[in-house]
Amino acid sequence: MNITDLTVHELQEKLENNELKITDITKAYVDRIAEKEPQVEAFLTTLTDEAIEQAEDLQSKKEKGELEGNLAGIPIGIKDNICTKGVKTTCGSKILENFVSPYDATVMEKINTENLINLGKLNMDEFAMGSSTENSAFKITKNPWDLSKVPGGSSGGSAAAVAANMVPWALGSDTGGSIRQPASLCGVVGLKPTYGLVSRYGLVAYASSLDQIGPITKDVTDCAMLLNVIAGHDEKDSTSVNVFEKDYVKALTGNIKGLKIGVPKEFFGDGINEEVKESLEKTIEKYKELGVEIEEFSLDIANYALASYYVIADAEASSNLGRFDGIRYTYRSPNATSLEDIFKKSRSEGFGAEVKRRIILGTYVLSSGYYDAYYKKAQKVRTLIMNEFNKGFEKYDVILTPTSPTTAFGIGEKTKNPLEMYLSDICTVSVNVAGLPGISIPVGVDSNGLPIGMQLIGKKFDEETILNTAFAMEREIKFREKFRPEFK
Amino acid sequence: MSRQDYEAVIGLEVHAELATKTKIFCNCSTKFGGAPNTQVCPVCMGMPGALPVLNEKVVEYAVKAGLATNCTISQDSKNDRKNYFYPDTPRAYQISQFDKPLCEHGYIEIDTENGKKKIRILRIHIEDDAGKLNHDDFSGDSLVDLNRAGVPLIEIVSEPDIASPEEADSYLKKLKSILEYIEVSDCKMEEGSYRADVNVSVHKKGEKLGTRTECKNMSSFRSISREIEYEIERQIDLLEAGERVKQQTLRWDDVSGKTFSTRDKENADDYRYFPEPDLVAIKLSDEYIENIKQNLPELPESRRERYFNEYNMTEKEVGIITASKYLSDLFESASNICGNRKAVSNWIISDISRILNEKEMEPSAIPFTAEHLAHMVQIIDKGTISSSIGKKVLEEMFENPREPEEIVKEKGWAQISDEGEIRKVVSKILEENPQSIADFKAGKDRALGFLVGQAMKATKGKANPQMLNKLFVEEMNK
Repeated sequence: MNITDLTVHELQEKLENNELKITDITKAYVDRIAEKEPQVEAFLTTLTDEAIEQAEDLQSKKEKGELEGNLAGIPIGIKDNICTKGVKTTCGSKILENFVSPYDATVMEKINTENLINLGKLNMDEFAMGSSTENSAFKITKNPWDLSKVPGGSSGGSAAAVAANMVPWALGSDTGGSIRQPASLCGVVGLKPTYGLVSRYGLVAYASSLDQIGPITKDVTDCAMLLNVIAGHDEKDSTSVNVFEKDYVKALTGNIKGLKIGVPKEFFGDGINEEVKESLEKTIEKYKELGVEIEEFSLDIANYALASYYVIADAEASSNLGRFDGIRYTYRSPNATSLEDIFKKSRSEGFGAEVKRRIILGTYVLSSGYYDAYYKKAQKVRTLIMNEFNKGFEKYDVILTPTSPTTAFGIGEKTKNPLEMYLSDICTVSVNVAGLPGISIPVGVDSNGLPIGMQLIGKKFDEETILNTAFAMEREIKFREKFRPEFK
Repeated sequence: MSRQDYEAVIGLEVHAELATKTKIFCNCSTKFGGAPNTQVCPVCMGMPGALPVLNEKVVEYAVKAGLATNCTISQDSKNDRKNYFYPDTPRAYQISQFDKPLCEHGYIEIDTENGKKKIRILRIHIEDDAGKLNHDDFSGDSLVDLNRAGVPLIEIVSEPDIASPEEADSYLKKLKSILEYIEVSDCKMEEGSYRADVNVSVHKKGEKLGTRTECKNMSSFRSISREIEYEIERQIDLLEAGERVKQQTLRWDDVSGKTFSTRDKENADDYRYFPEPDLVAIKLSDEYIENIKQNLPELPESRRERYFNEYNMTEKEVGIITASKYLSDLFESASNICGNRKAVSNWIISDISRILNEKEMEPSAIPFTAEHLAHMVQIIDKGTISSSIGKKVLEEMFENPREPEEIVKEKGWAQISDEGEIRKVVSKILEENPQSIADFKAGKDRALGFLVGQAMKATKGKANPQMLNKLFVEEMNK
């Protein structure tokens, strides 16, 4: 038995039967990190010593019968934009290189309450801006399926670490596709919850009206389990919604007979790789065999999603990132000689190119005289996109699209052309713009053996249906049994 | 052209700190004067990932202020971010309100030489205060104290209806008194919890408004009046000399009595306002607003009416006492305790007001209680002390507040009412002043006053004046 190959629900079973000790699991992961991290480079901070110590403590509590929580002792990895008390939270940026949060994000409090073991903080595009994790100020994470390819982004460290079995599961964040796209490129499961389902308190904000924390896991069951841990109203986040608490694992019946899925034709047009299309078409056929009604429909407003997304996200980012000003916990330029210098030089030296590009863009669209033409208009488009999705959901339970227009691309392939990089999010951004839940699961591989992802989009707060729809297909395809990353 | 050909327009943006116990977006204390950075948390320090949650009390207090100033309360309001870089602003944006303030289109009435005048209020909105920079002269460093960051403020913006320094003064005082009456702000100017940005422009009568200058963060009535007066003169002089007034932010210097231009913050006029995505819209129901309206404390206007109509007080008495909620409350409680409204009123408008002036003290800083004042009036009425001793007791109550009877005992100020003792004093004074006896007998009443005064002097004010009067007359008529 290879411990790091197991899903969390498998690990949980073995912990319950005392087939495995908590310490066995943590040690196996620590060894795996030692083996694979040099190749993959998914971590910005590893907490292996602390993890082993915690595992020993939990194991001894367990033996005394003092341990509560059925996930106690399961390791996890955390994207480095989620605040962890006493541990660096860098957001992949030089400007926060030495920032140690004085408090835990709400999701971390939940994870600590469950006695999960944090193995470390995972690499990401600087401030979650990017689709390849190449915008990290510290390292380039490689795709375990092909080390010359990117893992996607911005939660590339989280997705690669899960794919490489260096963590059994991880938390990511998704503003325009940052969980689903890397999950797709790394052949793992990623869920972007409905806006407001998971507290954003302690998630370093990129775009406040779009950001959500979500799980990246090996399979759909684990995804539902981790969602159970992190979902729920938080009075510290005014935008978190007070919805009835659910057990998402219970939703996984696999029965989807009579379900109606809409397939928007705009998501299968130009720019979508042929092999991706073929794979999705096969998946659609399988759904039909499972008794699902599938219909093609038009969601042409989605063509404007990327434009409105970049205006809104960058506007919010330009304001959210203002606090990194060289005054308190951030990098301060040693060359600064005046107050204005501290602001200008610290930010010029501390931020990377993509972050600066978005700050400039966001500042521009909020400037007086341009606000109406850009920001206000983008908000109007946003409302239209929400309305169109709502119309779609009058007819369909789930909307199905590719997650990413292509499979994993080469490191350095798109860094010269930001617009081309932005197109990586073409299938995912509209979900954030509309505040809906979306899940990506692997449904096949291309001719180079690189994973292809399918995205299922649900109604607001109807994570149950997309999880179950994904679960049904996962059972059908058995992706994890057929394919595995080869680190070539 | 002469000065009479010009008119001034004054706009005031008043910032009042709300008297909530906790800050506007977190649970930190709003208490003034704590050691630097002891009343802070990740939210008000603008730590990465921390999120604001709007304090409901802030909305309630702002709505109260709006209702008390005849504003329309918006049922659909929101917060906006105002972006700028400064070390005292830890998020690099203030959370304020831009196009949908909580309260709009109100007014208050002020007294002017020509009677009452309505000053319209454009809007009242809520926002958070910034921290404070402490410049350390010793090291040359600037240190950031974020205790004040996140203290709730309302900004009250006047319409351009104010035309003179006197009107500005009376508007500011009236507004302050309203906010104190409804108990939404303690308006302590010395702590900066009531301050104003002052805009001044002048124009020739009948012509369009002139270019305005602004002085920010002024927190003394006197300085504000002087600044406005100075700016009006300066701007008229400029125009008369054929020059133009430059739109700029000025700094008032109290010592020289002049304004100076400040170095403008770079691009300070583009704050890139946009709706705060971390907060949800503020929706207020009719019931909510109505409930606040029903429970609004009595406003100064209505107290004035009551004092005139029910207590038959004079214009002067009512004016002084109702100008401050503190004085007015002191008046009412002390009167209720001792039952001598007239005496309490006299003490407040004369000696208490005089001492406050001398000490440059806000009424709210009066250290003694209404009970103390009431008991002082009572022991005067009882004859334990005279009112001239009362003045001394009052001074002592300001210095070291305690029961007046205790003060009298301690200081040995009790009035001498023993007839034998007083008769001795009277005899002695008469012996020393034979001329006065002759005058008295010749019908000069002034002589009696003189003799009583001499006796008071001799007893250090402790002799019962009525008894002195009686005994002098008795002795001289013998």
